[in-house]
Amino acid sequence: MSRMMLRQMKKHQKGVIIAVKKGGELGRRIRDMGLVPGTEITVQGRAPLYDPVALRVMGSVLSLRNNEADFIEVEVQP
Amino acid sequence: MTAEFKIALAGNPNSGKTTLFNALTGSRQHVGNYPGVTVEKKEGVYRLEDKKINIVDLPGTYSLTAYSEEEVVARDFLIFEKPQVIVNIIDAANLERNLYLTTQFFELGIPVIIALNMIDAARERGIEIKEDRLAEFLGVPVVPIIARTGFGTLKLMEETVRLAAKKKEWKPKPISYGEDIDSVLLDLEERIGAENFLTSTYPGRWVAIKYLENDQQILDRGRKENADLSAELEKKVEIVSRHLHETMETYPEAMVADHRYGYIKGILQKGVITHKYDKDRLYTSDRIDQVLTNRFLGPLVMGLVLFGLYTFTFTYSELPVSWLESLFGQLSLAIDKILPDGQVKSLIIAGIIDGVGGVLGFVPLIMFMFFGIAILEDSGYLARVAFMLDRIFRVFGLNGSSVMAYILSGGIAGGCAVPGVMATRTLRSPKERMATLLTAPFMNCGAKLPVLALFIGAFFSEHKARYMFFFTILSWTVALVVAKLLRVTVLQGESTPFVLELPPYRFPTLKGLFIHTWEKTWQYIKKAGTVILGISIIIWAMMTYPGLPAGEREKYAMQRQEVAAAFPAPAADRSGMTDPETTAERASRLLAIDRAEARSALCYSAAGRIGTALESVSFLAGFDWRTNIALLGGVAAKEVILSTLGTAYSLGGDNLEEDGSLAEILATDPDWNPVKALSVLLFISYYAPCFVTVICITREAGSWKWGAFSMVFNTVFAFVLAVLVYQIGSLFC
Repeated sequence: MSRMMLRQMKKHQKGVIIAVKKGGELGRRIRDMGLVPGTEITVQGRAPLYDPVALRVMGSVLSLRNNEADFIEVEVQP
Repeated sequence: MTAEFKIALAGNPNSGKTTLFNALTGSRQHVGNYPGVTVEKKEGVYRLEDKKINIVDLPGTYSLTAYSEEEVVARDFLIFEKPQVIVNIIDAANLERNLYLTTQFFELGIPVIIALNMIDAARERGIEIKEDRLAEFLGVPVVPIIARTGFGTLKLMEETVRLAAKKKEWKPKPISYGEDIDSVLLDLEERIGAENFLTSTYPGRWVAIKYLENDQQILDRGRKENADLSAELEKKVEIVSRHLHETMETYPEAMVADHRYGYIKGILQKGVITHKYDKDRLYTSDRIDQVLTNRFLGPLVMGLVLFGLYTFTFTYSELPVSWLESLFGQLSLAIDKILPDGQVKSLIIAGIIDGVGGVLGFVPLIMFMFFGIAILEDSGYLARVAFMLDRIFRVFGLNGSSVMAYILSGGIAGGCAVPGVMATRTLRSPKERMATLLTAPFMNCGAKLPVLALFIGAFFSEHKARYMFFFTILSWTVALVVAKLLRVTVLQGESTPFVLELPPYRFPTLKGLFIHTWEKTWQYIKKAGTVILGISIIIWAMMTYPGLPAGEREKYAMQRQEVAAAFPAPAADRSGMTDPETTAERASRLLAIDRAEARSALCYSAAGRIGTALESVSFLAGFDWRTNIALLGGVAAKEVILSTLGTAYSLGGDNLEEDGSLAEILATDPDWNPVKALSVLLFISYYAPCFVTVICITREAGSWKWGAFSMVFNTVFAFVLAVLVYQIGSLFC
């Protein structure tokens, strides 16, 4: 098990969110979409220009900009 | 007497809310706006036996914060209008995330009934939900439905009426947010209750939660109501805030959100939901995405789809547009025959029919555009477009969804800014949306094309295609750069978070597509139609009045008599022989006089005088009075530019680009040169949008200020550009 920021995750990699280190509107938007500690996520893919990133979360797919993903810490399986 | 009920329909975007609303109310809908904001308010009626159920479709939201207009509108509606029941529609395949909004209804305490939608799609994904257990643990009725087929909707409405008839008091559900938060919450609630702080409007516990969440709207109201108490509460929140940050590096609002999800997880784990397949199994939708958002294929397919939308909108609407045009043409002809020559006839034909015809002429275009966009939106593809293009558009302070508006406006030469501006509705972020709708008119719309073609043909003829392409690229550059400029000045502010859902691909329902298309089209006809009629009459009057003084008119009448005497009309020719040359000569001389008169009348009119007066400024860019009038007319509609220029150069109004005479005259006129032509071209490309567009901007932006801004700003911007080109260019030519 190792910790990293969501931005560093590779395609098809799985992880569990540990912390969302952001308050205010962005933090709120992230949490509204179900990205809270304990949630399992899988990186589904990236846009052609590598940003934003598409995540599989609780059965649906979300897209997040890299600079927004920077606030999300995950624990990934090796 | 029939019983009436008032209920609200609420749910996440992509949960099938609109489909359910359409299924319930069909054509008995009314679309308006919430006061003061651009958010649409849809209302409809459902009849259950003798009961009348008024349904308000709240905007689709994930949450009830104060961050977006939609969310504020939704919660203000719930609080101030007090619907008897919220029908909370939930995507069954997405239960956990969708219930997040539900917990916030629980916090308010409004009676809720859950419509568990798309249970068929969920079952296909191997998701089985025991609705009775869900209902038991949540403490609210749950009705499984399939909105697109209508399955379960009758039962849903019966249950809704049953719930509404109970006339339950609002009872906020106490959800635990963890020890730290709970204790301070209790403390806040006590103080709020003791002083009756905001409690005439909101539940006390809810106010306390909003204080913890640092909710701007509630804080503002609280400070206004009781500044001292508000300060006291804020102080308490600050203390717990600091504590949480020091011990756990988190925020109260984050704790609240985490525990809402915790509450949901707790319920779902009690045997409510079972997954038959592995959670990571790729669904059909994901497989489609492997192709459609692929690094190489994705952009390729997107290019084709956008081009397809463009072709669909502009090519297939050509036929109905031409029908409308010929209809209005026939009408003009008929009136031309019935009425005697004079001011009234001119008003009806040039003022009213041309004006209203101009607006209605856009209708097929708008219908096709909205139909096409509705397909892209309902199928889920639009979200992928935004996803793929976001990186590029973000550089300019926009987001991926802006591309649609630009392309429709003429990003592929020949669009129209009216549907383009209206298409910005698909953008969810307010600032990005404003920047897009203000810059979309910079694209080369179909009405500007003939003007471009004529000038390019007259002055840069050998490179026509190349110049056209150049102007298209230039328009994109200008629009994006100006968007960036606006985003760092008048529309300053951080980019709106772009946490976007990529919903599963779905087949749109025809009913939904038609309702959507008709709704938007009707709004356009209603609002644009009335204003444009007034404006086109004003423009007509400006170009007609004051009429030539009697002396001048007599001069032209005399000239006509002279021609008539020199070249007798065939009927007057007693010899019975008609000389074709005489007849032709006579006609052409008379035409020349008509045109000369039209030219002096235009020069003499209010518009002509303004054009002449403007010369004192416009000479900087090389424009004379003739160009000025044409540009002035172009504010009504860009199509007017060429015909007005024709009149100002004493030409007939028709077929200017075809017979090439205007192009020839301009090309040989010593007043004109390529530098001046370029300056005029740039000005025409970027100055004030036509009135229909301005009206649309005003409506979409929600204020006349933005409509006026786009006219003034664009004109100043274009003028500066034209002056620069003219002045610098003149140094070299």
